[in-house]
Amino acid sequence: MKSDKSKLTFWLLLSPLVIWLATLIVLPHVGMFLVSLREKVGIREYETSFANYAVFFNEPLYWNTFARTAYMSIAATLLTLFIGFPIAYYIAKLTRGRTKTTLFLMCLIPFWVSELVRTFGWMILLRETGVVSQLLQYAGLVDGPIEMLYNDAAIMTGLVYTSMLFMVVPLVTTLDSLDDSLIEAGYDLGGTSFSILREIVIPHAMPGIVSGCIVVFMLSLGNYLTPILLGGKDSLWFTGLIYSQFITRFNWELGSAFGFLLLGLSSLIVFLGLKLSGQSLSKTMAR
Amino acid sequence: MNLKIMLSTVAIVALSTTAQAETLRLLTWGGYAPDDVVAKFEAETGHKVEVTKSNNEEMIAKLRATNGGGFDLAQPSQDRIAGPQAEFGIYKPLDLSKIETALFIPSMLEATKGNTTYEGDVYGVPHIWGTSGLIVNSSTAADIKDYTDLCNDSVSGKVSYRLKRATLTGFAFAMGMDPFAAYGDEAAYKDILDKVEAKLIECKSNVKAYWDGGDEIKNLLRSGEVVAAMAWDTGGWQLNEDNADINYVAPTSGALGWIDTFAIPARGRADEAAYAWINFVMKPEIAAMITESAGNFTASQGGDANVNDALKQRYQASFPQEAIDNVKWYPVVPAGLEVLEGAALDRINAAQ
Repeated sequence: MKSDKSKLTFWLLLSPLVIWLATLIVLPHVGMFLVSLREKVGIREYETSFANYAVFFNEPLYWNTFARTAYMSIAATLLTLFIGFPIAYYIAKLTRGRTKTTLFLMCLIPFWVSELVRTFGWMILLRETGVVSQLLQYAGLVDGPIEMLYNDAAIMTGLVYTSMLFMVVPLVTTLDSLDDSLIEAGYDLGGTSFSILREIVIPHAMPGIVSGCIVVFMLSLGNYLTPILLGGKDSLWFTGLIYSQFITRFNWELGSAFGFLLLGLSSLIVFLGLKLSGQSLSKTMAR
Repeated sequence: MNLKIMLSTVAIVALSTTAQAETLRLLTWGGYAPDDVVAKFEAETGHKVEVTKSNNEEMIAKLRATNGGGFDLAQPSQDRIAGPQAEFGIYKPLDLSKIETALFIPSMLEATKGNTTYEGDVYGVPHIWGTSGLIVNSSTAADIKDYTDLCNDSVSGKVSYRLKRATLTGFAFAMGMDPFAAYGDEAAYKDILDKVEAKLIECKSNVKAYWDGGDEIKNLLRSGEVVAAMAWDTGGWQLNEDNADINYVAPTSGALGWIDTFAIPARGRADEAAYAWINFVMKPEIAAMITESAGNFTASQGGDANVNDALKQRYQASFPQEAIDNVKWYPVVPAGLEVLEGAALDRINAAQ
């Protein structure tokens, strides 16, 4: 009797998750997969084939964009890590009490406005007639207006800014759990700052680094707004291609195939990242 | 017995609600349904209006996603109705007896009916028309007279256009070809597209950025970051109000003329309100209000009489009689043609 009841409780508690997964994630993906297998042969005529996937591999521009999106996202992730790590270390180890809370809050504040507004903010700063350009001219550092928008560096800036929080939070959490006495012991034993960072801090923070990197990488790879608004005429992003297949070309079949390829790519890169860093997904997520 | 009474009650309630106020979900362009017109319509008919602003591609994509549901009246361009209707079946035929055809300019109504006919049924009636051509800042780029002039060295890095089919069409005309004549012949059209693609790739170094939305290009032109662009006439006229140097220019090879229509989505639920809206906004005095808001003229008979003089003057400055005669009106886009164009646009976008 009792076990029946607890079983029921278990299933009731589980059901929201199952419904969520099935209706919002699994079913749409099954539908999309079926669409991606349809080849259009005429008006309202479709055949089942892998033609849409073939289009991707036969047209260099698609897989070039694909590769570009991947390495730009990896670069953005590494850059976020290099900027985010010192910040997280400072917050976790060198501050106490109120300062700590304040600094943490300051990382959070940009996220109180939507991503669109933040991106427009960057556009106002970086454009040819924008704030930075005019400031430089006012200071006499440059002669004419300079254009800082519409290039890959602008995309990178936007991506790093957008995802900084998702790197800092897991890092702060893991660094917090590192006992200060371990670092002191390292110094007592004659370690240099660098060797302590390498031998003690980074190994301890590894799960945080990996989970932060996974989140930032996924966010960058799947980002649409930032690359489209800040990127220039040469700055294609794979999500932009998917959007244009679905919306401006009415080609859902190819768009779905692209969607699946993106899913495959991101899973593959995360898998390789975990293998290279010697971490496992369960270990990383448990922290 | 009881069931019968209940059913008839339900039927009566259902009937009376359809005869009463409906909510009109309108899928349209920015400026086509200004607040004052909506308020007037709601006060006069009792129907409610919910406006969603969109563009041609999004309209079709949205309606396709729902098989023609979610909206009760859409306003796609006349050339983009028959093709999508053939492929996706997203509209329902119009009941012309419910439309006061006397309100329309006859030639425009007939042309639109002809272009939006699919399997014998009419799917669209005209609402607003306009052109796309060039917006030029005459103080810095006075030599820009045609689409291909955008590739001149004098405006290097200060040019913008969209990566859409209008750009392909405009450049094809400016390069001395007639893309519209090749619509029926896929091989010939492919040939034209290849030439335009090569030209646009060569021209890419001149482009500052490809624009997407009307506000984006207006900002670029207003700030002086862009001095010549391919854009809609209204954008040019609005900029001209603030800066006399900037104005819309009809290109020598001909401006591209479009007509936005009324079409009823296949699963629209408020046809009554939709027809009421069409008949309401085509009244000359309402049409004038919409012209003031959208900046473009309507297909309403006499609708231009009440429009303010400043707008008329700007229109006449951009369109001498020979420029009007030279406007290239979009013919119906055959289904499938856009796949070719899409691939060409993708390649232009990716070219280094």
